[in-house]
Amino acid sequence: MLDARIPSGAINEHWDNHRTSIDLVSPANKRRFTIIVVGTGLAGASAAATLAELGYRVKAYTFHDSARRAHSIAAQGGINAAKNYPNDGDSIHRLFYDTVKGGDYRSRESNVYRLAQLSVEIIDQCTAQGVPFAREYGGLLANRSFGGAQVSRTFYARGQTGQQLLLGAYQAMMRQVDRGAVELHTQTEMLDVAVKDGRAVGIITRDLVTGEIASHPGHAVLLATGGYSNVFYLSTNAMKSNVTAVWRAHRRGALFANPCYTQIHPTCIPASDEFQSKLTLMSESLRNDGRIWVPVRAGDTRPPDDIGEADRDYYLERRYPAFGNLVPRDVASRAAKVEVDRGKGVGPLANGVYLDFEEALGRLGQATVRERYGNLFDMYHRITGDSPYETPMRIYPAMHYTMGGLWVDYNLMTTIRGLYALGEANFSDHGANRLGASALMQGLADGYFVIPYTLGDYLAPRLGESLVSSNDPAFVETEREVAARTERYLSIRGSRSVDWFHRELGKVLWENCGMERSADGLRRAISDIDSLKEEFDRDLRVLGASSTLNQSLEKAGRVDDFLQLARLMCVDALHREESCGGHFRVEHQTEDGEARRDDANFSYAAAWGWTDGDEPVLHQEPLAFEYVKPTRRSYK
Amino acid sequence: MLNLRRAGPEQARRAPWIVSIYRTDTGKKYAMAITGVLLLLFVLGHMIGNLHVFEGAHGDTFRIDEYGEGLRDLGEPLFPRTLVLWAFLRIPLAIAFVIHIHAAFALTRSNRAARETKYQSPRDYLAAGYASRTMRWSGVIVLLFLAWHLADLTIGVEAVNPEFVRGSVYHNLVSSLSRWPVWILYVAAQLALAFHIWHGAWSLFQSLGVNNPRFNRFRRTFAHAFATVVVAGFLSVPVGVALDIVS
Amino acid sequence: MHLTLRVWRQDGPGAEGRFETYEAAGIHQDMSFLEMLDLINERLVTGGREPIAFDHDCREGICGSCGMMIDGRAHGPQGSTATCQLHMREFSDGDTIVIEPWRATSFPIVRDLVVDRGAFDRIIEAGGYISAPTGSAPEANLTPVPKETADAAMDAAACIGCGACVAACPNGAAQLFTAAKVAHLNLIPQGQPERWMRVERMVETMEEYFGSCTNHGECEPACPKEISVDNIALMNRDYLFSKIRNRKLEGQR
Repeated sequence: MLDARIPSGAINEHWDNHRTSIDLVSPANKRRFTIIVVGTGLAGASAAATLAELGYRVKAYTFHDSARRAHSIAAQGGINAAKNYPNDGDSIHRLFYDTVKGGDYRSRESNVYRLAQLSVEIIDQCTAQGVPFAREYGGLLANRSFGGAQVSRTFYARGQTGQQLLLGAYQAMMRQVDRGAVELHTQTEMLDVAVKDGRAVGIITRDLVTGEIASHPGHAVLLATGGYSNVFYLSTNAMKSNVTAVWRAHRRGALFANPCYTQIHPTCIPASDEFQSKLTLMSESLRNDGRIWVPVRAGDTRPPDDIGEADRDYYLERRYPAFGNLVPRDVASRAAKVEVDRGKGVGPLANGVYLDFEEALGRLGQATVRERYGNLFDMYHRITGDSPYETPMRIYPAMHYTMGGLWVDYNLMTTIRGLYALGEANFSDHGANRLGASALMQGLADGYFVIPYTLGDYLAPRLGESLVSSNDPAFVETEREVAARTERYLSIRGSRSVDWFHRELGKVLWENCGMERSADGLRRAISDIDSLKEEFDRDLRVLGASSTLNQSLEKAGRVDDFLQLARLMCVDALHREESCGGHFRVEHQTEDGEARRDDANFSYAAAWGWTDGDEPVLHQEPLAFEYVKPTRRSYK
Repeated sequence: MLNLRRAGPEQARRAPWIVSIYRTDTGKKYAMAITGVLLLLFVLGHMIGNLHVFEGAHGDTFRIDEYGEGLRDLGEPLFPRTLVLWAFLRIPLAIAFVIHIHAAFALTRSNRAARETKYQSPRDYLAAGYASRTMRWSGVIVLLFLAWHLADLTIGVEAVNPEFVRGSVYHNLVSSLSRWPVWILYVAAQLALAFHIWHGAWSLFQSLGVNNPRFNRFRRTFAHAFATVVVAGFLSVPVGVALDIVS
Repeated sequence: MHLTLRVWRQDGPGAEGRFETYEAAGIHQDMSFLEMLDLINERLVTGGREPIAFDHDCREGICGSCGMMIDGRAHGPQGSTATCQLHMREFSDGDTIVIEPWRATSFPIVRDLVVDRGAFDRIIEAGGYISAPTGSAPEANLTPVPKETADAAMDAAACIGCGACVAACPNGAAQLFTAAKVAHLNLIPQGQPERWMRVERMVETMEEYFGSCTNHGECEPACPKEISVDNIALMNRDYLFSKIRNRKLEGQR
C-alpha cells in the first residue's frame, strides 16, 4: 500500500502543518544543491525560476528551441482561483469541493485542498509579473464562469490565458538565466533518469542538433513534462508532446497512476482527411449559444440547410432537458459518439455533429454573435473554409488532457526518491476528470508554491553530499542503454514510417480506450498493441543518422514509449470495473446510459509498477473522502 | 545555441551620452530623423526660394537674383555679410548632411551583417514599398546631384557650367537647364528626392517615437503631401524652362 | 491538387544548401500546409529519402515554432496566419510553391527549414521580465490597471516569438519582437520600476544580434498576431528617455 504522506489535522491546516514540520535547507546552503528541471512549461518554468530565486543551482531542459514554446502556451480559457472578487459566494472550500466532485471522487482530497488554497496566491504572483489579465473598466480584474462551477472564478487573458501565464513564468526563468542562476539547455531531450540506490541522481539527454548523448548529475530531478494525450495520435496536444520522460522514469521504478483517466473535449473540429495531424479545439463557450444536432435518419447526406426541423435530432436537448447543450464535457462527448456510431455523423467523412448558430443569429443578431464568438468563428473559417455565420459548424470530441501520470506523494515525489513530477505529468489533483481552467492552476501551484517548499524535505538531510559523478556506473550504464536504443531505431531498416505506427496505435486506442471502453474491446486492444509493438520492433524505417537533427528518430523513441504506455492504459482501463469521469465502461452504466461508479471497490488510485516484460503490478492508494461525500452526478 | 551573455550594457561604456546614444543603431536612427527634419526644412525653404524665378525681373535685376543676394546679406548690419548664411545655414546643413550620410552608411552595414545570406528565392513584399526599399539609392542619387548642383549653380565650376556668372542666379539656371542632359539630370534627381521624402518624412516620426492614434494616420499623408509639394515646386523650374516661361 | 514544391534543403548549420524540387500529387485542399509537408515526408521516407526537417509543434498558431518563407512571404500568402494554420485551399492546382527557411545571421539554419531563434531568448533575458520573485507579490487588485492600458498591453503581449518579423524585414531587424515585449511591460503599472533599464538593455541586446529598423513596415503584415509597428515608435521613445533617465538614476546612488 502506498503512503501519500498526507499531513495530520483538519484539511485546511494540512499545508500549514506540513510546511512548519518539514525540513528546510538554509539560504546559504541552497547553492550547494543542483536541481534538474525537465520541461519548461507552466510547472517547469515556474519551478526553475522559483528555485533559482531561492538560491538553488538550477539546470533546466527543453527540447524546443526556446523555453517559451511548451504546450501550456495553447491553453485558451482561463485559470481558476478562489478570490471571490465577484462576491458570488466562492471560497477555498467551494473550489476544493467543485474540483473533487468534478473529478468524480477519484482525487486526493488533501492535494486538492492545497491547490484551492494556493490558487489565490497564483493570481497575485502572475499579476505582479505583468500577466495582462482581462480587467473591468474600473481597472480591477475581471472574472468569467466556466463549466462545472456555479460561481465566476476564472481569470483570463483573452483566449490566450495559457500563453500569458507561460510567458510570465518563462520571463521569470529567463531573468534567472541572465543572473546565471539557471543553466538553460534548449533543444535537449531527456531520454532517461539515472537511478542509484533507489534515488534519482541525474538525467541522460540527447542534444537534438548534434545527437550527442550526455549525462547531467543533479541532487534532485523534477519532471514537468506534461501529459500523454498524443498516445491517441490525434489530439489537441502539440505534435511534440510525449510521454518519454515520464515513461522512462516509470521503467526505472516510478509508479504510473491511473493511466486510463483521459479527458475528451467535446468541441473540436473533426478530422478532415486521413492525413490530419492534430485536432483543433474550439472553446467550450460555443455551447452557450450553439445548438447541437444530427439528422434523424442515418446516412442523410443532404446539406444542413436542406434538412428541415422535422428531420433534425437535437439529441442533447432531448436527452438532457435540464442542462441541454450545456451538459459536462464527458456527457456531451459520449452522446456525440453514440450518434456518429449510429451512422448519423455529418460532414464529408460522416465524423461530426452540427453545432448550429442559426437560432442564436436570429435571436441575437449577427453583431452580437460576432462580438461573442467572432475570433472563434474566424479560426473555424480559416481551418475548414466554412463560415459558421452561414452554415453550422461541425464538431467532434477529441483527446485533450490526461489526468493520469506518475504517482506522487503530498510532496510531489514519485516512488523514486529525489524524483518529482509536477503539473500534468503527475496524477494527483484532478481525479478521473478535470474541470475547465484547472490545469493552469495546478501547473503553477506545483511550480511556484509547492515544490519550492517540499523539495527541502528531501534535500536537507543530504547536505554535504556531492553530486554523483557522470563516470559512475549509474550514468555510464544508462547512457549506454540510451545510445543503444537510439541506434536500434536506425538499424531496423524496415518498411514503415514512424507516423504509420503512431496512426495505427491511435486508431486502436481511440476505438477501444477512448470515450467508451469495454472488456472485450480492451482485451482486443491489448493484443493489437502487442502485435503493433512487435511489428514496430521489426519493420520500422528511420532514415538518416543519429548525429544530426533527425526528427523521425526523435519521434521513433516517443512512439516506442507510447506503444508501451498504451498497453498499460488498456490494462488499467480493463481492471477498473466501474465508470467514473473520463473512464466509461459500457458494462457499468445505468439503464439510461449514464456512468455508474463503484465506490465500494474502486475508491483508490491505481499505481502500476513496471516489471520488465511481465504484466504490470498494481499498487493501491486508498482514497478517503472525509470532506466531500461522494454522490452520483445527474444532468437530466 | 548562442552564448549566454551576462554583462549588462549599463556598465559597459562611459562616453558622453550623446556619443553613447549615437553608437547604437537606434541612436543613429534618431540622428537620421533629426538631421532629416533639418534637411526637409532646407529643401522646403529652397523650393520656396526657387519660386522667385517666376517673378521675373524687377527693373533690370531678376527677383531671384535679389533673393540670392538677400540670403548673403542675412543678419546685416548686425553681423558681417554671409556670416549668418554660413554659420546658421550652410555649415549646420553640411553637418546634418554628413551625419545623415554617416548614419545611413553605418546602418546599411549593420543591416547587411544581420542577413549575411540573402533569400535565395524572390521576395514578395507587402508593405515595404519601392520608396522605402530604395532609400539608399535615392539618397545616393540626391547626394551625387547635390555635388553637381553645387558645382553647377553655387560655385560655378568652369567645367560644369561654363556660362556661370556669380550672382546672376536667373541667368545661371536658365543657361544650365537649357542643356537637355542637365535638364534630365535635374528632373531625375528631383524624382529621387521625392521618393526619399515619400518614405523619410514618415519614417522620422516612427524613429523619434512620435506616435499617437489621434494623428498616426496623418503621418503618411503628411509625408506624401510634403514630398509632392516640394518636388512639384522644384520641378516647376525645369518645366518652366522647357515651356519657355522662364527664359 | 497537383503542386510542385521547391524546398530548401541543407544538411546542417555550416553545410551548403540547395533547392530541391518535389512533385506533390493528390493534395487535398482541406489539408494544412504542414500536413501537406507531412505527406511529402511520408512519401520521401517510403522512397528511401530523408524527410524535410521543419519546426512545428502546437499547430494552432500559438507556440511560434513553425515558420518558413512561402513564395517570398513569411508564413505564406494568408494574412495574420502562422504557417500551421495556412491551408492548401489558399493555393491552386498546378502552382509551384517555393519554400525557404527564415534568413537572418542570428537565426542560423539548423537543418533544412529549421532555424535556431535563441537570440530572441537573449533579448528577453536582458530585461523582458518584471522582477517579482515568487512569494513577494502584493494582492492582485491592489493596483488597478485601466482597461485601455491592459488591452494595449495584451495586444503587444500576443507575440508568439515566431521570428516572422525578422524574416520579413528587409534589414533582418527584430524591432517588432522586442518592441512588443517592451510595450507589454512598459505600459502596465507593474512594469514601471524597471521601465528604463528594461528598454535600454533590451534594445542594446537586440542590436547585438539584429539589424536596424528603417520603418519599412514589412514586419506588421507578416506578423501572425497583427502586432502594430506603433509599438516600435513607443520603444524608440522609451529608449531615448532611458538614456537620460538611467543616467539620472545612477546619479541618485
